[in-house]
Amino acid sequence: MFPTPIERTPRSWQITYQSLLPVVLILWLLPLIGVAIFSIKPAADFTTANYWGWPSSFEGFANYALVFTGSDMPRYLLNSVLITVPTVIGAVALSCMTGFALGIYKFRSNIWIFFMFVAGNFVPFQILMVPVRELTLNLGLYNTIPGLVLFHIAFQTGFCTLFMRNFIRALPFELIEAARVEGVAEWRIFWFIVLPLMKPAIAALSVLIFTFIWNDYFWAVVLTQGVESQPVTAGITSFNAQYRAAYHLMSAGSIVAALPPVLMFFLMQRHFIAGLTLGAVK
Amino acid sequence: MARTLTAVNAGTESWWHKNQQKLAPWLFLAPGVLFFLFYVIFPIFQSFNLSLYEWDGLGEARYVGLYNYEELYWDEAFYTSLKNNLIWLVLYLGAIPAGLFIALFLNQTVTGIRLYKSLFFFPFVISQVVVGLVFTWFYDPTFGLLNVVLGTFGLPPINVLGDENYVTVGIIIAGLWPQTAYCMILYLTGLNAVDPEQIEAGRLDGAKGWRMLWHIILPQLRPATFIAFVVTIIGALRSFDLISIMTNGGPFGASRVLSFYMFEVALSEYGFRMGYGAAIAVVLFLIMLVIIAYFLWSMFQEERAR
Repeated sequence: MFPTPIERTPRSWQITYQSLLPVVLILWLLPLIGVAIFSIKPAADFTTANYWGWPSSFEGFANYALVFTGSDMPRYLLNSVLITVPTVIGAVALSCMTGFALGIYKFRSNIWIFFMFVAGNFVPFQILMVPVRELTLNLGLYNTIPGLVLFHIAFQTGFCTLFMRNFIRALPFELIEAARVEGVAEWRIFWFIVLPLMKPAIAALSVLIFTFIWNDYFWAVVLTQGVESQPVTAGITSFNAQYRAAYHLMSAGSIVAALPPVLMFFLMQRHFIAGLTLGAVK
Repeated sequence: MARTLTAVNAGTESWWHKNQQKLAPWLFLAPGVLFFLFYVIFPIFQSFNLSLYEWDGLGEARYVGLYNYEELYWDEAFYTSLKNNLIWLVLYLGAIPAGLFIALFLNQTVTGIRLYKSLFFFPFVISQVVVGLVFTWFYDPTFGLLNVVLGTFGLPPINVLGDENYVTVGIIIAGLWPQTAYCMILYLTGLNAVDPEQIEAGRLDGAKGWRMLWHIILPQLRPATFIAFVVTIIGALRSFDLISIMTNGGPFGASRVLSFYMFEVALSEYGFRMGYGAAIAVVLFLIMLVIIAYFLWSMFQEERAR
């Protein structure tokens, strides 16, 4: 292990390290801790310029309750769920199939189709912006949840295919050959043999795509406009316009908007990290 | 049951049966490829085409040839954006050594270290919109924590986001926060896979500290470093959310980058110049293409090595 394991170092450094950890962590998360403190303060503290002092009273419950009752926040959160969940299902389903096709079969255009997905995945959003917006308008899906979902599925398929294909490549190929010798149909090989083995990859991708889509801001601004379809990332700006200078409420709103992917991460940490490293770093 | 069915269909199925290994990949690919072509690949070409037109998004598009690019050549704001993109690119790469440093700091087995690692990774999971808001308040000249800290050292307050000289660096620091977390997790996973025997061998040879890191550890972390480079460069060129949230390009357009300027030209209240926006997007795309090509090339080398 590198650096030298702490057990093998002098006692003095062990103690320093142990006490250094929490200090560094607090410094690292300082901006976030500030927002968390803001979110439990009463409005009065901001008018009396008591920004960083002890809260004059604990208003956490009241502030968070107001976020849910006094604004469109619940609607934005619902929209985010309605956008994120179908996208995760769609992109993972499509990429299971494309990943299977590119990972198992040998045909001449294989690598080029794969490269198309990979390259498309890295393209700047702006070069897609105007045409995709036009396409969505023409389909009559501008400012609707399905309009946003369809694009997200298509775009995320690029990244997911990269991931799935590499994962399937690492599976034991003899398994598939044995099944073929037995005369098992190709779709049955996919469904009964490969898919069960892909569960870890599916889990990793689902968590990752959930976070990506939940946190998307650009496409939300380009393809949606109003409260009926905007996700929470775009909604937070209208929320902040509604509560201008009410820092305690804006902080509480931000924390609410940020929370779902954070929960997802803590619940599925292992899968999440496997996904982030693109499977390239074991 | 299945067996009787295949027996009945034997006549019609034999052609399918013979060719299914050739046809199956295309059937599996069809939905994904079609989706991707329509929403990602075709739009790229449409944008190239659109950059030759003058179009407000509603009326008739007028063919103007390379006029948009000529205008770009004389556009002061374009150069500001390009320059800022470059600053982003260079400073954003700082996330890689910073991430490595934190990963080395956290690569220990003390009680609670797993929770520490997760909490250090925390900023990456939060949406950039929230990161932007958090840092806007952090920099706020009247109550921001930054100026509180500066004040305790007796320094005058700085309005980071209101100053043309500091604004881009201020936003990049906000962006570095989650990006460093990303690089950290890449390196933490990479460090797990470092060969302990080589480290022991190095120790016996008297390698320590920096020398050990440089000659024994870093070469083994190459896959992690490669991915860190790719995601950081792409992330730097994609920066949009933070700028939009924190300054909206200001003050006086000083914090624009190409991706933001393109959006501003094509979709904001300042104008609906789709063609001109497309021309900016094409420039950004061509810059990105260099990185994409490099990534594909190294992937291709790896494939051939198998």
